Amino acid sequence: MSEAKTIENAVCTFCGCVCDDIELVVAPDGKSITRAGNACELGRAWFLEHKIEDYPVALVDGQEVPVEDAIDAAARILVKAKFPAIYGLSDTTCEAQKEAVAIADYVNGNIDTTTSVCHGPSGMAFQGTGESTASLGEIKNRADFIMYWGGNPVEAHPRHFERYSAKAKGIYLPNGRADRTIVMVDIRKTRSASEADIFLQVRPGTDFEVLWALRALVRGKYVDETIEERTGVPLETLQDLVDRMKNCNFGVIFFGMGLSMTRGRHFNVAALLALATDLNAHTHFVANPVRGHGNVTGADNVVSWQTGYPFGVNFNRGYPRFNPGEFTTVDVLARGDADALMVIASDPAANFPRKAIEHIKSIPVITLDPKPTRTSQEAKVAFTVATYGVNVPGTVYRMDNVPLPLRPAFESPYPTDEEILRGIKEKVCELKGIQRKNVA
Amino acid sequence: MASELKIKNGKVYDPINGIDGEIRDICIRDGKIVDKVSDDAAELDASGMVVMPGGVDMHCHIAGHKVNLARKFQPEDHRHDVQPRVGGLRSGSGGTVPSTFATGYRYATLGYTTAMEAAIPPLGARHALEELHDTPVIDKGFYLLLANNVCLNQLLEQGRMAEFRDAVAWWLNNSKAYAIKLVNPGGDEPWKGRKNSNVHDLDQPISGFDLTPRKIIKALIDVSNDLGLPHPAHIHCNNLGHSGNYATTLETMKTADGRRVHITHIQFHSYGGELGKNPTSAAREIVDYINEHPNVSADVGQVMFGKATIMTADAPLTWLLRNMKKDKWINADTECESGCGIIPFSYQEHIYTHALQWAIGLELFLLAKDPWRMVLSTDHPNGGSFENYPKLIKLLMDKSFRDEEARKANPKAIANTSLLDIDREFTLQEIAIVTRAGPAKLLGLKNKGHLGVGADADVTIYDDMADKEAMFNAARYVLKGGQFFINNHEFCFDYEGSIYHVAPEYNREIETVLKPFFEDYYSVQFENYPVDDRYIAHGVTVPATT
Ligand code: SF4
Ligand SMILES: [Zn+2]
Repeated sequence: MSEAKTIENAVCTFCGCVCDDIELVVAPDGKSITRAGNACELGRAWFLEHKIEDYPVALVDGQEVPVEDAIDAAARILVKAKFPAIYGLSDTTCEAQKEAVAIADYVNGNIDTTTSVCHGPSGMAFQGTGESTASLGEIKNRADFIMYWGGNPVEAHPRHFERYSAKAKGIYLPNGRADRTIVMVDIRKTRSASEADIFLQVRPGTDFEVLWALRALVRGKYVDETIEERTGVPLETLQDLVDRMKNCNFGVIFFGMGLSMTRGRHFNVAALLALATDLNAHTHFVANPVRGHGNVTGADNVVSWQTGYPFGVNFNRGYPRFNPGEFTTVDVLARGDADALMVIASDPAANFPRKAIEHIKSIPVITLDPKPTRTSQEAKVAFTVATYGVNVPGTVYRMDNVPLPLRPAFESPYPTDEEILRGIKEKVCELKGIQRKNVA
Repeated sequence: MASELKIKNGKVYDPINGIDGEIRDICIRDGKIVDKVSDDAAELDASGMVVMPGGVDMHCHIAGHKVNLARKFQPEDHRHDVQPRVGGLRSGSGGTVPSTFATGYRYATLGYTTAMEAAIPPLGARHALEELHDTPVIDKGFYLLLANNVCLNQLLEQGRMAEFRDAVAWWLNNSKAYAIKLVNPGGDEPWKGRKNSNVHDLDQPISGFDLTPRKIIKALIDVSNDLGLPHPAHIHCNNLGHSGNYATTLETMKTADGRRVHITHIQFHSYGGELGKNPTSAAREIVDYINEHPNVSADVGQVMFGKATIMTADAPLTWLLRNMKKDKWINADTECESGCGIIPFSYQEHIYTHALQWAIGLELFLLAKDPWRMVLSTDHPNGGSFENYPKLIKLLMDKSFRDEEARKANPKAIANTSLLDIDREFTLQEIAIVTRAGPAKLLGLKNKGHLGVGADADVTIYDDMADKEAMFNAARYVLKGGQFFINNHEFCFDYEGSIYHVAPEYNREIETVLKPFFEDYYSVQFENYPVDDRYIAHGVTVPATT
């Protein structure tokens, strides 16, 4: 009881790297973590700063109520609404994500994840052009050419280099960093850029032009020297890069939100995916998004297998429809369509555009979060939940779609997202008279 | 209280028990077939109806990373084919790669109650099981991709056969798989590591290894047999789709040397002609070999005209097709284990190769002497969706319909096959063999594919109609484990279905060999790799046969 407990091979969900080699030491009182071995600075802070605080489990209209009453209130809001929207989901387990999609289905609502505000354009580009991709271990074992485009892994994904790419040792790259060429493409010289062999500083907003020029050069087409005036990158540099890409054994381009959420958006990503595809005529070449949230990739997967579409899905007609721009949450709110909102593990009232936030303030909102947020302060029903990974077991998907099991460190007095959502689902079915006779 | 049901007056087709269209009663208690029930049992009058065991699909692609990529890849394939929510059942999308719920409901609608996902890399086993859990009604399982496994190939090239066998058993146990799958054996290494090349001959050395495809094939056939797995090595041969590939297929079958082996979607491996030129039919050569060799079984992998989705662990093949079509393409490598390629596809009557593929598939069905060893599949969704099965059944049962369809297809292709000369029409009993009894037997599922005492009460009841496509399109009743899923054409209960898997014995010491490999070359911890029981809510462990 008073012994410090150790958990080996725990999974960190603070960023999309989802490192699964963390050694956690739990304090003797079982209420906090005192050590997070192998974790980076961000991961350490994530684990060590996790304390069980004393928030009410459930609030309705700011008043503390029993959980069942809050579940009842939440279900009534969702059932009464004509266009209930459910949003968030990237920082919770797949088990909880499944329940959220089920609720959206049963209330004929809208379901969307934080993908729509980060790599949504990448998802659309993928549907248009496809992609050549690989699990991160394949990159560690084989990639002798590694390029990062529009991302800063050293600061945002601190162990990406060490575990999966630049500094990792693999089957065909026994010397790790020395066996690889690392290229960074960005609009400014970040800390990551200073670790690269080659740094390309691209003028802001010209990613598409640079990518298109690279495609042309890969295909042996003429590119005018004025490319430098527009993009800041000399033609010789591009040609040199193309020669390296064509002649490597296994190449990869990692791309981040610096590409997907800047001018050109899904056109940028499509150009990059097409470049990687074109390079397969010469050698093996892949492209991988670098995703932020711990289980945003799980959200993409769950929503896809249950509905057929990755995000921005609407059930108003009793079956799933997909239309980014129409059913993505920012748009659903900014247009004033949604007449109720349930948010799981996200804070749209803090980071959405002003028009969307104004609408949030005018409709009934339900939140599930381990801590108070700007959105929960606007909420009619607010649940405090246990934190996935730290307190809650379940499944998460790493940014390369590899599923991993969580190994929680200690129990939380709060319920899980999954439990609350399942309760709401059951109440919704009861209120709507939906029979779910299930035989195992 | 026992739940009992008697299905009366139906015309029963139960080939495993030698019942061929007799009017008989089928009795059910607590989810199983029994020889009689009490007088209080509920009754269902099946007069004028055909009663069969639930269908068993032994080769399809319905769950896991590859399928989910194909699903989110093609919104254009879902929009025209929605699956509305009915009561407490879930909604979904259709097309060639339906959402998980739609997949389960639609299989059941056709009268299928079991389906096996045919290609999962071990690293993706957890994902596959999560999707299979969300695929309702049907029982299911998956085959494990092991023919391009770097760790296993290293053991093999060093001749460490005892450890190889233990490692295979470790992998089957720790991913909760049902059978061993080989796809393009040895082809991943040149694809990933040698500028997208491939292997083309069973005796050609695999770059980077002192190994040939034949050695891998032989080793995995032997291990499947030695471990007593209920289903033998399930092989997608080298050279899929290439003209002249029937020679490779024959060589692969010969490598089994009398031991049990299953060759999958054999239609794609039955082409004559010269490499790089138009294919011809080699259905005759393939069927002759199988007719003479009872250790070999196959599923056809019939091509059906219309929309399909190519999705396979055979990445070089998909790249080849992509370069012909220049359409959108997915490649997805799994570290140390597998490749994967996906493209949208459409088979068209007027195209020589497509028409030839269509005709070769039918030749294989119709020329095979033993339907128990040449069973029905479209390699869903590679040759077309499983929703084409009713039409395929009609093609097999109705010569005039078949010839009419053949006349719509490329005449040069049809003339290059023997299709129009074949008069054979399948009987309902033969349909019951290729869609249920045969696959169940090949899978070693003793309680499936028949209606004898002790069998699972997975029962399908069709209206007896002259138009076999209409008949098999929508069963009037479907019982899963004795419960009505479809009652008089209406969905009722939802049903989760079970996961079938194997758990062969092995020496635990093998972990001391595997763990160092994982530490060096995988990106996940060895301890986080095994799939635990949480992912199989309703698991059935099928024992080894000795
Ligand atoms: S890199 Fe990301 S997942 Fe890994 S320890 Fe750091 S914060 Fe956690
Ligand atoms: Zn297949």
